[in-house]
Amino acid sequence: MGQAYSAGLTVTESIVLRKERILPLKGKVLVKKGDEVKAETVVAETLLPGKVVPFNLANKLGVTPGQLTNFIKIEAGQQITTHTVLAETKGLFGLGLFKNEVHSPVEGEVESISSVTGQVLLREPRIPVQVKAFMDGIVTDVIEDEGVVIENKSAYIQGIFGIGGETIGEIKVLAKSPEAEIEASAVDASCSGKIIVTGSFVNFAVIEAARHHGVKAIITGGIDDRDIKKLLGHDIGVAITGHENIGLTIVVTEGFGKITMARKTFDLLKKFEGKKTSIHGRTQIRAGVIRPEIIIPQAFDAAELVVKEASLPILEPGTLIRVIRQPNFGKIAKVISLPEELTKVESETLVRVLEAQFEDGTRMILPRANVEVIET
Amino acid sequence: MQYDEKRLTRIVATDCGSTTTKAILIEWVDGEYRQTIRGEAPTTVEAPLNDVTKGVINATQELEELARLKYHNPNIKFMENGEFVIPRKGDIGVDAYVSTSSAGGGLQMMVTGVVAAMTGESAERAALGAGAIVMDLIASNDKRMNHEKIERIRELRPDMILMAGGEDGGTIKHVVEMAELVSGADPRPRLGSGFKLPVIYAGNKEAREHIKESLGDKVDLIITDNIRPKLETENLGPARDKIHDLFMEHVMKQAPGYNKLMEWCQGPEHEQVPIMPTPAAVGNIMQAIAKDEKIEVVGVDIGGATTDVFSVFTEDYVFNRTVSANLGMSYSISNVLASSGLDNIMRWVPLDIDENELRNMIKNKMIRPTTIPSLLEELVLEQAIAIEALRLAFEQHKEFASSLKGMQRQRDISEAFSQSTSGASIVNLMTLNLLVGSGGVLSHAPRRHQTVMLLINAFLPEGITRLAVDSIFMMPHLGVLSEISTKAATEVFRKDCMVYLGTCVAPVGKGKIGKPALYAKLQMPDGSVWEEDIPFGEVRLIPCGVGEVAQATLKASGGLILDKDKNRELTVDLHGGTVGIVLDTRGRKPFTLPAEKAERIALLKKWMREFKAYPEAILQ
Repeated sequence: MGQAYSAGLTVTESIVLRKERILPLKGKVLVKKGDEVKAETVVAETLLPGKVVPFNLANKLGVTPGQLTNFIKIEAGQQITTHTVLAETKGLFGLGLFKNEVHSPVEGEVESISSVTGQVLLREPRIPVQVKAFMDGIVTDVIEDEGVVIENKSAYIQGIFGIGGETIGEIKVLAKSPEAEIEASAVDASCSGKIIVTGSFVNFAVIEAARHHGVKAIITGGIDDRDIKKLLGHDIGVAITGHENIGLTIVVTEGFGKITMARKTFDLLKKFEGKKTSIHGRTQIRAGVIRPEIIIPQAFDAAELVVKEASLPILEPGTLIRVIRQPNFGKIAKVISLPEELTKVESETLVRVLEAQFEDGTRMILPRANVEVIET
Repeated sequence: MQYDEKRLTRIVATDCGSTTTKAILIEWVDGEYRQTIRGEAPTTVEAPLNDVTKGVINATQELEELARLKYHNPNIKFMENGEFVIPRKGDIGVDAYVSTSSAGGGLQMMVTGVVAAMTGESAERAALGAGAIVMDLIASNDKRMNHEKIERIRELRPDMILMAGGEDGGTIKHVVEMAELVSGADPRPRLGSGFKLPVIYAGNKEAREHIKESLGDKVDLIITDNIRPKLETENLGPARDKIHDLFMEHVMKQAPGYNKLMEWCQGPEHEQVPIMPTPAAVGNIMQAIAKDEKIEVVGVDIGGATTDVFSVFTEDYVFNRTVSANLGMSYSISNVLASSGLDNIMRWVPLDIDENELRNMIKNKMIRPTTIPSLLEELVLEQAIAIEALRLAFEQHKEFASSLKGMQRQRDISEAFSQSTSGASIVNLMTLNLLVGSGGVLSHAPRRHQTVMLLINAFLPEGITRLAVDSIFMMPHLGVLSEISTKAATEVFRKDCMVYLGTCVAPVGKGKIGKPALYAKLQMPDGSVWEEDIPFGEVRLIPCGVGEVAQATLKASGGLILDKDKNRELTVDLHGGTVGIVLDTRGRKPFTLPAEKAERIALLKKWMREFKAYPEAILQ
């Protein structure tokens, strides 16, 4: 076979991006098709249902659930405050002597009343939620009551792993080269509000310094797992991240350990130093793959907004690849050929392989599963 | 409807997994059904492609290409214009196409009950048996406050909910209260925001009207027979069937491309063959083996994200399945480390490796789950992690696979002093006949010897146990194929799927290193005799091929026993396999490893040499 499918991360100077910004529940869309929006613009908002408070009214009143209907003062859907009487007994001889009144413990609305269990469900007031545009661009579609589609032209880098949510800042490259590392002392007050680029590695001291100086995000080639454990206070079990509250966002472009940042990624970040950038560390590797993103919006005409049809990256002679497992982890190479036969590698595993040539001219046989296509 | 070779001569079966779509070709060749070709392609259920059938087409194209090469026939084709041609006409088309699926996270359910250990557990068993992942069990007595339960129901977005609780005619209050909590949470389905969440009610039948009142408007309520009509009776069938129907009608229809895939799955007369959740298909096969051969079976399927354990025990063939949703060898590999701890993994590693390096290796596998160990050292590390993942999954299974809890039992005098209670595990390794492994790390281990070592170290089989492995991971395919042809499924299962590895003999009890533990005399099929008085703490591997039997005389020493009747001497037939017969005198209950690192590494290397697990270079 002359070609095969393979996974890959996108690193490109120019791409048409299309992002859905959707509310968790139906609500109100605040912008219209064709509007130009900034990353910070609120595009939709809604009210999430309030917390439900189960309340055993029959118990409180001292009656059986079946008797509750005789004493109830509320109905489903009714608005309530903490002064509202939910139910009351008539008192001795129906004269109101020693009568028992039960007030609502919360403000909100009555959800339901049960004569089987004697329980009422009370719902607290609704909670407002807003969705921002996250990236500068144009609203190209409005999904009624749900959200919008925003498009733009951007320089775009997918990370391999990240932690921390969405944030916005300007890029500041601190590392001298993609293989360099930085000291904690390199992070100072000038980095406040910025997205810093640390080269092949970021250690715990640098992360601490960044947090201290109010850095918005860190972009690094590699990171040690033990430092993430120290940072979060626990081991990451399943790779579903992006909700961590650690004061900044970290996007790892290559993997765990010290790994030279891909030259293309580094050069792109260097080229756009000082530009406004949207970034998030959200990662989900299982069922519904989500990778961290670095989005650097550029000027564009509306006519340029044509999204390319999705396809799987293809391995074929000439394809540029990155090795994603030992040996030669992180190295860039070019595919020379894709032999058909299964081949035995050092671990004695029989695998489909490819022949690749590294940048220094050396050639090697690699398992196809251990490379990724560098998409351009 | 069942078919034989008159109507079925060529079948394509696929399993759409979360990462890979695996296709196999089954053909009627020279008077028998055989699995002839296998192909695979990445699953395409996620963005950007969002259509599961693209992956099926790619995997089938690989099958077509390999079939043309194998039969030197450029005309062979299974699909035309992107669809299967059914039935087959000469070189073109197939007689049936069937599929299983666990893509997009499989079937995710939440279950509720009144008492967690009773109706809750029955509901969990029904859901697991139907092939679901149980996200949470919410019960009246689970110690969470009601408002916490509501929050939990709201934040989980299951594909469906199964509600149980109460015996028929018993009190209805608690099960109605649970319905009120579900109603208050107003749960949404994971897929398809415009649809109502399917909720199956399988509790006290007296409460049905109240349940309808409480939930009828908010969810798609389906009522079926009580799962626990009496305390001492479990009736899982009707609830399981409803789960399967809803899986097809609701969940699958919402998943990208599945409408088309469902139409594609057809038998020779164009009748639809339902897509089955992968674990349900594997469960079918495990039960079939147990009943067919009248034996007790444990099966394990270790995947990238989850590990499923299946067991069939007791003379009633009680089937249990558990899924450890976060134990696996790629997506979940990091969670194996988090759950078992580094020390437990390191105890199986015969190398002196830096902790930081191992942590980073595990995380790199997690973020790039499809990579494979190219270096021998990395293979050894991954297999050590696999042992722990299998061990943890089996621990969970043993706890779950129990007799019904809450029953009154009459005891005879022999039981009066024993610890057996209602709810005790029915998994008994001493009576287990067959241990079957499946999943990449076991099916695709470079040496079958490694598979034997992993199964023995993880499950610690006791007494005499046969070991087998699914050759290329095709149990799911055969499980669904049996729906239209038990004949084809059974023949392929015996000839191509099941690879017998051999037999493990492991005396149970404590001993002292170096002291005599097991005298074994094996009369081999070629007439030779293998004989040794094996000291405690050793492993021996005696080659004995597939289909061969060695007549063994076994005598255990010290406090060691050989079977459930506590016999110390046995004369038995031991079945061979691709690896052979393993005599393991390392002890059981307990099985221990030295705490001191150098001593442990030396011992591990010695055992690995005996198992012939790795090349000598890494054991120096």
